[in-house]
Amino acid sequence: MHKVLILFAHPRTDRSEVNTVLAKAARELDGVTVVDLYAEYPTFEIDVEREQQRLLEHDVIVFQHPVYWYSCPALLKEWQDLVLEHGFAYGEGGTALEGKVLLNAVSAGARREVYCRNGGYGYELREFFAPFEQTAGLCRMRYLPPFVLYAAGHAVDEDRLEDHTADYRLLLRALVEGRLDLDRAERQDTLSDNLRDLMIQATEVE
Amino acid sequence: MALLQGAFVYLVAMVVAVPLAKRLGLGSVLGYLLAGIVIGPALGIVGAETEDVKHFAEFGVVMMLFLIGLELQPSMLWRMRSRLLGLGGLQVAATTTAILSISLAMGLPWQSALAVGLILALSSTAIVLQTLEEKGWMKTTPGQSAFSVLLFQDIAVIPMIALLPLLAVHQASHGAANTHNGGGLEHLPGWLQGLAILGVIAAIILAGRYLMRPVFRFIAAARLREIFSAAALLLVVGIALAMDRIGLSPALGTFLAGVVLSGSEFRHELESDIAPFKGLLLGVFFISVGAGIDFDLLFGRPATIFGLAAGLMAVKLIVLLILGRIFGLRRADLWLFGLSLAQAGEFAFVLFGLAQGGGVLSAEITQVLTLAVAITMLLTPLGFIVYEKLIAPRFGRRDEGQADEIDEPGSAIIAGVGRFGQVVNRMLTANGHTTVVLDYDADMIELVRRFGVRSYYGDATRPDLLHSAGAENATVLVAALDDREKQNQLVEHMARHHPHCRIIARALDRHHVYELLDAGAHHVERELFESSLSAGRQALVELGAHPFKAERQTRAFREHDRRTLGALRENWQDGGMDKSYVAAARGRADELDQIMQSDRAAERHDTSDRGWVPPSKGDGESD
Repeated sequence: MHKVLILFAHPRTDRSEVNTVLAKAARELDGVTVVDLYAEYPTFEIDVEREQQRLLEHDVIVFQHPVYWYSCPALLKEWQDLVLEHGFAYGEGGTALEGKVLLNAVSAGARREVYCRNGGYGYELREFFAPFEQTAGLCRMRYLPPFVLYAAGHAVDEDRLEDHTADYRLLLRALVEGRLDLDRAERQDTLSDNLRDLMIQATEVE
Repeated sequence: MALLQGAFVYLVAMVVAVPLAKRLGLGSVLGYLLAGIVIGPALGIVGAETEDVKHFAEFGVVMMLFLIGLELQPSMLWRMRSRLLGLGGLQVAATTTAILSISLAMGLPWQSALAVGLILALSSTAIVLQTLEEKGWMKTTPGQSAFSVLLFQDIAVIPMIALLPLLAVHQASHGAANTHNGGGLEHLPGWLQGLAILGVIAAIILAGRYLMRPVFRFIAAARLREIFSAAALLLVVGIALAMDRIGLSPALGTFLAGVVLSGSEFRHELESDIAPFKGLLLGVFFISVGAGIDFDLLFGRPATIFGLAAGLMAVKLIVLLILGRIFGLRRADLWLFGLSLAQAGEFAFVLFGLAQGGGVLSAEITQVLTLAVAITMLLTPLGFIVYEKLIAPRFGRRDEGQADEIDEPGSAIIAGVGRFGQVVNRMLTANGHTTVVLDYDADMIELVRRFGVRSYYGDATRPDLLHSAGAENATVLVAALDDREKQNQLVEHMARHHPHCRIIARALDRHHVYELLDAGAHHVERELFESSLSAGRQALVELGAHPFKAERQTRAFREHDRRTLGALRENWQDGGMDKSYVAAARGRADELDQIMQSDRAAERHDTSDRGWVPPSKGDGESD
């Protein structure tokens, strides 16, 4: 069994429709730890020691956050700046994260078709997340494409949130139980487009 | 000495019976009633004088209405209007009609039947409120509904007193009526009586609004608690006398005064001064009801009397259940509402006396009915037991944490409203939280009131004051008293008696932090620490530090100091400021110097200065 750490970063949980629901669902799963970064470090004074310890204790790291300016909210960036230290995460002797898995679980404002080569933004969301991917690479982690809820502002009106929450549970359980086909997943643009196809079938396991 | 002897008997009865009754789960009211039966009819220790005692103890009801008034801001009264007038009005009207019809069928003349109907429609404010509060049901929906009905009934007593003399069928036997409808107004013409009544009521309202506050402030300045208590008693007694003088119910007058004073800063202090007297007097009242039960009459005609009592409760219960349903109460709530109000009340004793004296009812009927009323009161606590043991479990117990519609959101008590408390209070109220602000300095209260802060005069270390300030329901206590000892006392009391309440305490210095933590505070803030840090950071900037560097040094300093505070706690607890404490403190101070200066050290990857540190030279091109 793998242990999953969700680093949840949302500066306005009081107005969150999607992320708090997802975080709550995640909290109920065995093998999943959810850390509300903005609740723990309201003044941005991150306890580096504690955060590194958490990383050591888990196998899969999920950055869960809304997409802010094609990236993450500021505290999560601060977290990376402080916690992923030289000698711990990278560089000489920095092998603490080797072999662990990193992914972003995000809510995005624009629709799926906008985040496309032919769409309004001209790139897949995964391409915007190149800094995360490179960070994972430098830390010798495996980076998985983002698990995305597009047009998150309309998810509730359009009745998409429940399905997405169920998918999130499915994904997290699969990560805990090692049922996600990492090799295939790695090559996707997102984890959310065809999540069910990325599971290791029971027959394949046997 | 006779007085003391009497008091001794009553006190013994109370002290023995009430804790016993509570232990057995019977509630205090039943305990008092049983104590009364034991010392009265059973052992014969007290006799006929219980009637006088009862009349005196009825003053407890007056005080209770004063306290109810204090709890009720006019705005709250307005919010309750539909339940108060609708539910309360319909209850009195429907019950009166039902009992009137039954009495007519039993052959009473219509005047007597109407009087009986009106009198028996009332329930027992004393028993019901006492029980609701004791069980913590006051803020629940059925509790509030019952309260609304009781309040309407208490107000309805006043027109009843005026109406009863008009219903005479016999020759009025004067004397009895005079004791209640006393006063010296009868000789005045009707319009002058009316004017006098309006005048007294206006005087109570105006005095409450404009005169009482300066007077109380003057008294408070003396800082003598007993004088303030005396003034509070004087106020209640004075109003009761004035109302009696003009032939109105003293209970109504004090209730009115309570409502008028509910917005004043002395509300909680008044509450805690009057409450013990109220409690004792009500206790004596209940005992006298128990002691006054005429067992000869009861055993002479048990079928009639018990039949009447049971019938009366059945009729009232049916009316209550129907009305409660109409007003949206369901299941267990409906039963609690119905069972709590199904008895007749203490006002019945007063009104029966009046009716008999005024020739409305015969002596025989009043005797029998008075006994039946006493039996219904005796049965009420059993009704609550039935609710608790049989009904509530069947419908699923009320979830203790479940929020009722009436429950207010989390509220805070702020003890001490100096500069510290003021800022905290402003932050909380600006965020929409309800706060209760207490201070023992009447001038300070006066000052902050002028700026619109709702604050109350009183000594926050008094448990009863904390109680009336709502300590039971407070989510947070901010303890910010100037006096070190009082501050510790306050925190200790709250931690022990209200463990659900989070305590944030202001400490004067480091050692005070330990004292407060030992006393049970959850979070302690040194009053000058944060502002000193802020000044220190600004000084670093002025001395040339980059502002963010200064901020980081400040954070590091704060963090180190916080840890030091924790580390030295044990040394301090072992022996105060002894040698080991001083040595440990010195060690921590040296460590701080190292942390502050680590940036100058050659080793860039020292663990004491982490964060935003570039990788060591030559490591840039990593894989």
